[in-house]
Amino acid sequence: MRVVVVGHGPTSSRLVETLAARGFEGRMTVLGEEPRAAYDRVALTSYLAGRSVEDLTYPVPEGVVLRLGSRVTGIDRESREVTTADGHVEPYDVLVLATGSSPFVPPVPGGELEGCFVYRTIDDLDAIREASAAATSGVVVGGGLLGLEAADALRGLGLTTHVVEMGGWLMPRQVDEGGGAVLRGHIEALGLGVHTGAGVKEIVAGPDGRVAGLVKADGETVEAQVVVFSAGVRPRDELAGPAGLEVGARGGIAVDDGMRTGDPAIYAVGECALHDGTLYGLVGPCLTMAEVAADRILGGGAVFARADPSTKLKLMGVEVAQFGAMDGALDVTFTDPVSGVYQKLFVSDDARTLLGGVCVGDATPYDTLRPFVGRDLPGVPGELLFSAGQANADLPEDAQVCSCNNVTKGRVCAAIAEDGLTDVAGIKAGTRAGTACGSCVPTLRRILAEAGVEASKALCEHFEHSRAELFDIVRVRGVTTFSQLVAEHGAGRGCEVCKPVVASILASLGNGHILDGEQAALQDTNDHFLANIQRNGTYSVVPRIPGGEITPDRLIVIGEVARDFGLYTKITGGQRIDLFGARVEQLPLIWKRLVDAGFESGHAYGKALRTVKSCVGSTWCRYGVQDAVGLAVSLELRYRGLRSPHKLKSAVSGCARECAEARGKDFGVIATERGWNLYVGGNGGFTPRHADLFAADLSTEELVRTIDRFVMFYVRTADRLQRTSAWLEQQGLDHVRKVVLEDSLGICADLDAQMERHVAAYADEWRAAIEDPEKLRRFVSFVNAPATPDPSIAFERERDQVKPVLIPLEAVRS
Amino acid sequence: MVFSPMRIPREDVRATGWTPVCAYADLLPERGVCALVGRSQIALFRTFEGRLFAVGNHDPFSGAQVLSRGIVGTRAGEPTVASPMHKQVFSLATGVCMDDPSAAVPTYPVRVAHGTVEVGVG
Repeated sequence: MRVVVVGHGPTSSRLVETLAARGFEGRMTVLGEEPRAAYDRVALTSYLAGRSVEDLTYPVPEGVVLRLGSRVTGIDRESREVTTADGHVEPYDVLVLATGSSPFVPPVPGGELEGCFVYRTIDDLDAIREASAAATSGVVVGGGLLGLEAADALRGLGLTTHVVEMGGWLMPRQVDEGGGAVLRGHIEALGLGVHTGAGVKEIVAGPDGRVAGLVKADGETVEAQVVVFSAGVRPRDELAGPAGLEVGARGGIAVDDGMRTGDPAIYAVGECALHDGTLYGLVGPCLTMAEVAADRILGGGAVFARADPSTKLKLMGVEVAQFGAMDGALDVTFTDPVSGVYQKLFVSDDARTLLGGVCVGDATPYDTLRPFVGRDLPGVPGELLFSAGQANADLPEDAQVCSCNNVTKGRVCAAIAEDGLTDVAGIKAGTRAGTACGSCVPTLRRILAEAGVEASKALCEHFEHSRAELFDIVRVRGVTTFSQLVAEHGAGRGCEVCKPVVASILASLGNGHILDGEQAALQDTNDHFLANIQRNGTYSVVPRIPGGEITPDRLIVIGEVARDFGLYTKITGGQRIDLFGARVEQLPLIWKRLVDAGFESGHAYGKALRTVKSCVGSTWCRYGVQDAVGLAVSLELRYRGLRSPHKLKSAVSGCARECAEARGKDFGVIATERGWNLYVGGNGGFTPRHADLFAADLSTEELVRTIDRFVMFYVRTADRLQRTSAWLEQQGLDHVRKVVLEDSLGICADLDAQMERHVAAYADEWRAAIEDPEKLRRFVSFVNAPATPDPSIAFERERDQVKPVLIPLEAVRS
Repeated sequence: MVFSPMRIPREDVRATGWTPVCAYADLLPERGVCALVGRSQIALFRTFEGRLFAVGNHDPFSGAQVLSRGIVGTRAGEPTVASPMHKQVFSLATGVCMDDPSAAVPTYPVRVAHGTVEVGVG
């Protein structure tokens, strides 16, 4: 069988991918108008931000014949052939029209001037980028989803950007007027000009004949050298009419539930298809159409059901979501003008059935409540908005979890049970849920939890226990070696997951140097070499600089060491200096120089306390109210070397201006007139989180005792690689407060004693290593040639420093 | 510790000679070292039971010569090393990456003669 697909975009790509994956044995030919293969149009804006075409391009399955730059001009249904603009004739047994849509350019005077663009293809974006180079301002006509994306792109290109929307508010198809107002606030705060209820009178040219501005219907002129039209799309149905296929009154190729046109040999899918009187512009339903058509071509009976037009997206950092209906007998609204959050639920007149919702600024209700559309609400509407995070109970089996790929909760549960899936990655691979827009991933996680999957806390195949359980076993039974632990409580000989965990537990409980005896074999390479491995196999060295305070003489020593060993130097975010490019045999020599000058290990390599940042504090700063540096130094010296489930970061600010960014740390301290405020659970990184106020106006002594207990409780009970932020959310702030401040578990004396033992037993790991010939012997590149440096390591120069010469990975893998 | 000198037989690697690289006692249980034999970097491991394995030191995923610095363990009873760079796990017996079987590292014969570890690099 010969399947010919006209058009090559995301829908077309999904169609051939589905056919190929399901073992279609006929010939597949795709005729694409664009000069390049199908790419992810949803992520188009990321192209301007630097993503490559290759990165955005979908893979083409093996065996598919792809003809690019090949616009189809006619269909001959009699002879079953299509003809392209360059005269090529392609015969078919089954024809699939996936021609998509084209941007609608409203007929305004001047709309054809040089400097006017649409926002649809990579070529469009290239042209916009080129024009923007010589421009200072731009305007987007259309304040819908795509219009705002285009505006974000112009902003990213450095233009002063305006958005002109004919409707009364932004994104009128996704949000109501109240939501539009809140959204406008966000967009304006980013520096964009927003004009709503504004028609376009004309586009005017400058003396050079190019676009110079846009005149609104009210006569006001918006200066712009770049104009982007984003006023909706029109289906590309021009092949259908002349071929005698039915076309809707407002465009679109009419199809039945199996995506077939009036001619059983011809299908239409995606944005060009008109199903049950509806055109679809969102990627989710279009991909579903492709899968339905593929199933029909393979002889199946799949049907396309009226699709859920729910949307959740993040535009310029603002979450916007809409699900279900946009009106109802009753509605409940939550607004927080300070943080710019607007959430509205539409419910039936008895307030029991959820009809739909709109979110701006925080789309949590979308994740938790969307599956309940058309069903009984799981609670009182107002409370659901306030506690959206918890309202996840008992999703019905037939509730659609992933609307992009039309996957129900039942299917996810079946996949978990039948295929033994244990994580989101497995669900994605097995069901496709979560693979398109990703907004349902939090829901997938909850379903996993509900299915009891997370109940298995087994660290790995060698231990059935969680890290916290292993910690208690080691602590209570006084286990001192991995071998004893794995023999009595585990199986096998461990792995890269459990060994570093056990190493960390043994170190937290004080078992001497981390390279003593069997412990050495448990350490990850960083701990094993007391330095941080870098991409070319060399290491970086970070000496401790407590509180970021350093004398000129010591600064000079660091500079001399870096110069003498040819190391790259960089100031870290934690107010320290990182020295890169050391080979293993150089490490002890570098440490010797540093230790002799009074430095010690900064534990940058360990899951341990890293650094306590500080601002300059009351000693120098005219605003400071406490000695931030003095406290930071004493805290860093107190907790240095303490091994924990993950790295620990801290900071001390000398006043409420918070220059040390203490609220982004695991434990942060901010000075008050009366003492110190302690904040906990802050995090930067992948999931930023502001720290919570734990206790206020503490004396220094109270502060230290509170941090001692907080940190030790975390060390005892957190999961592997769980930062305090996630741990705190799991334990609950109130619970941790009770344990630490009120001793609700009666363990505080124990936590205090454990910290005292740590402080008393602290020793510099670098000094211990260079003073022990047995340990020193391990710091060689080659056991049989200790004096030979690794010849595979090479450097080149950049900005007056060294950088590694890297082997291209393609060459590496082949 | 009692151990029996052993050799990992491999039909496809024909050792033309044995190169002594270090004393058996230089190897710590479950920790690797790297030997430079000609221009080849060879990662040597001693398991908890005292068995020896030799594989290429080159990590095919990162391109760096680092496998000797990985954590040694077992997966379903098979001795393994995890790349210290991005933690892909390789079988010490076959060299095949257990997380991505399309990747593998070479394996080499290794034996102990009179307390000295020798590798056979063909």
